Amino acid sequence: MRELSIPRVSRRSKHSWQGMIALLFVLVTAAASIYAFFWLKHDPNTTDLGDRLQEMSMLHPLGTDHLGRDVLTRLLLGGQQTLGYSLLALGAALLIGIPFGLISGYSRGWIDRIFMRIADAFLSFPDTIVAIVLSGLLGAGIGNLVLAIVVVKWVNYARLVRSTVLSEAQKDYVQIARTNGLSPAKIMRKHLLPHVIGHVLVLASLDLGKIILLISAFSYIGLGAQPPTPEWGAMLNDSRPYFQSRPELMIYPGLAIMSVVLLANMLGDYLRDRFDVKREVQS
Amino acid sequence: MSLLQVNRLSKSYAPDKRVLDEVSFAIASGECLGLVGESGCGKSTLARCLLRMEATDSGSIILGGHSIERMNDRQLYPHRKKIQIVFQNPSAALNPKLKIRDSLLDPYLQYRNELRLQHFRPASDQELVRQLMEAVELPESLADRYPHELSGGQRQRVTIARAISIEPQLVVLDEPTASLDVISQGAVLQLLTRLRTELNLSYLFISHDLAAVHQMSQRIMVMKDGRLVDQFPQEQLFAESRHPYTQELISIF
Repeated sequence: MRELSIPRVSRRSKHSWQGMIALLFVLVTAAASIYAFFWLKHDPNTTDLGDRLQEMSMLHPLGTDHLGRDVLTRLLLGGQQTLGYSLLALGAALLIGIPFGLISGYSRGWIDRIFMRIADAFLSFPDTIVAIVLSGLLGAGIGNLVLAIVVVKWVNYARLVRSTVLSEAQKDYVQIARTNGLSPAKIMRKHLLPHVIGHVLVLASLDLGKIILLISAFSYIGLGAQPPTPEWGAMLNDSRPYFQSRPELMIYPGLAIMSVVLLANMLGDYLRDRFDVKREVQS
Repeated sequence: MSLLQVNRLSKSYAPDKRVLDEVSFAIASGECLGLVGESGCGKSTLARCLLRMEATDSGSIILGGHSIERMNDRQLYPHRKKIQIVFQNPSAALNPKLKIRDSLLDPYLQYRNELRLQHFRPASDQELVRQLMEAVELPESLADRYPHELSGGQRQRVTIARAISIEPQLVVLDEPTASLDVISQGAVLQLLTRLRTELNLSYLFISHDLAAVHQMSQRIMVMKDGRLVDQFPQEQLFAESRHPYTQELISIF
């Protein structure tokens, strides 16, 4: 017993460190975005060709880009864009996926069959293809990209929620709630949603990294955020011709994307461990 | 008039295999009726049919003068609060994500507007939780814990408290002590007896434990392969004229 408990304690504390670091960075990112919103002196889109490709200075802490725009300003506002649209896409996918999965898993029968065939149909499209097709049909732009991500991602949440609900709804406590006359909506909200939310959070934080990458990648190839919107992927693309002379113009947004994706994944790992630990205690 | 009247109730899962075969019995108000039988004889199916968790094939279930076996959800709703169930496994019967307090209040919050409570007279939800915890002899502080922080016996007391919280007329006890240790078993049986007299409840006490049924019930029924083979007052358990299967059950104990 003693030999077992020691590594478990150390393992758990390491995980909480990981979580703390991830949380800290999320807070730093949020603080930077808020700072950018209230106190930034430079306009992210004002060009000044006389001031282009400047080195670091007090006025421009990270220098200026090929149109003389302040890189730090664009990096911070780009974070708002990238994170904001990723969270928007994720939130919309959750708002569709969770109720869909709850209803499908709880009602079973023909509703479940119809819902799941719809989900299968959506699942058969790879996300990049859907994004490219939607851009082709509706025009390139961040809105259509978000739409494409929602179309592809909600299915995962619907399926995850459904499988959890399928097993939970058979348990005695749900049966008792039903014999007490609670409506299906009430049972789903009060009894089933709390079971689902942990799993969903884990998947969502792991997905966040993928969505950020997707938005950046599509902006990089010109199908996402359109110029002059500051967006990390678009900034990478803008700086491409100057890679030889000013490589840091690509390195800054690259580092920004990498660290945020890494942290989103760490947060996901941390949440997964946390919810696993809780389940271990319960059983 | 009896509180619950069951007439020739039958149910089968497969065409050739009847789980319940023409089961007929009645429970009077304030009475504890015991039901014994080995595992798989249909005891729990009967309990689930009485609560309309499962549909029946034929026969009738008359609760307080209303025939409930074919009612739809809306018609059934006003009758549901007359009957409550306590299951064998209290861990499955409590939502692990809800605090004890919230699980306890679940039925009460559903029915509060149409209830006329006689025994519990709560001024607030908090007060009802306190009275319920006191009624099942648990410290009130446990109400803010989660089910996994309680022992099996404590959890079963919570499910009993939930069942009596809306003062039903009938409580179906489906092997309520089977998953408990011997000491908790005795304490829970005593608690159930006390609550029955205090709240004037009727019980359908289902168990494979003949001794427990004999201790709890005024009348005893014996079930074998979905049929009720014997029904008799509690004091006649050891009478000469018992059904051979009843005598076999007695000899095992």
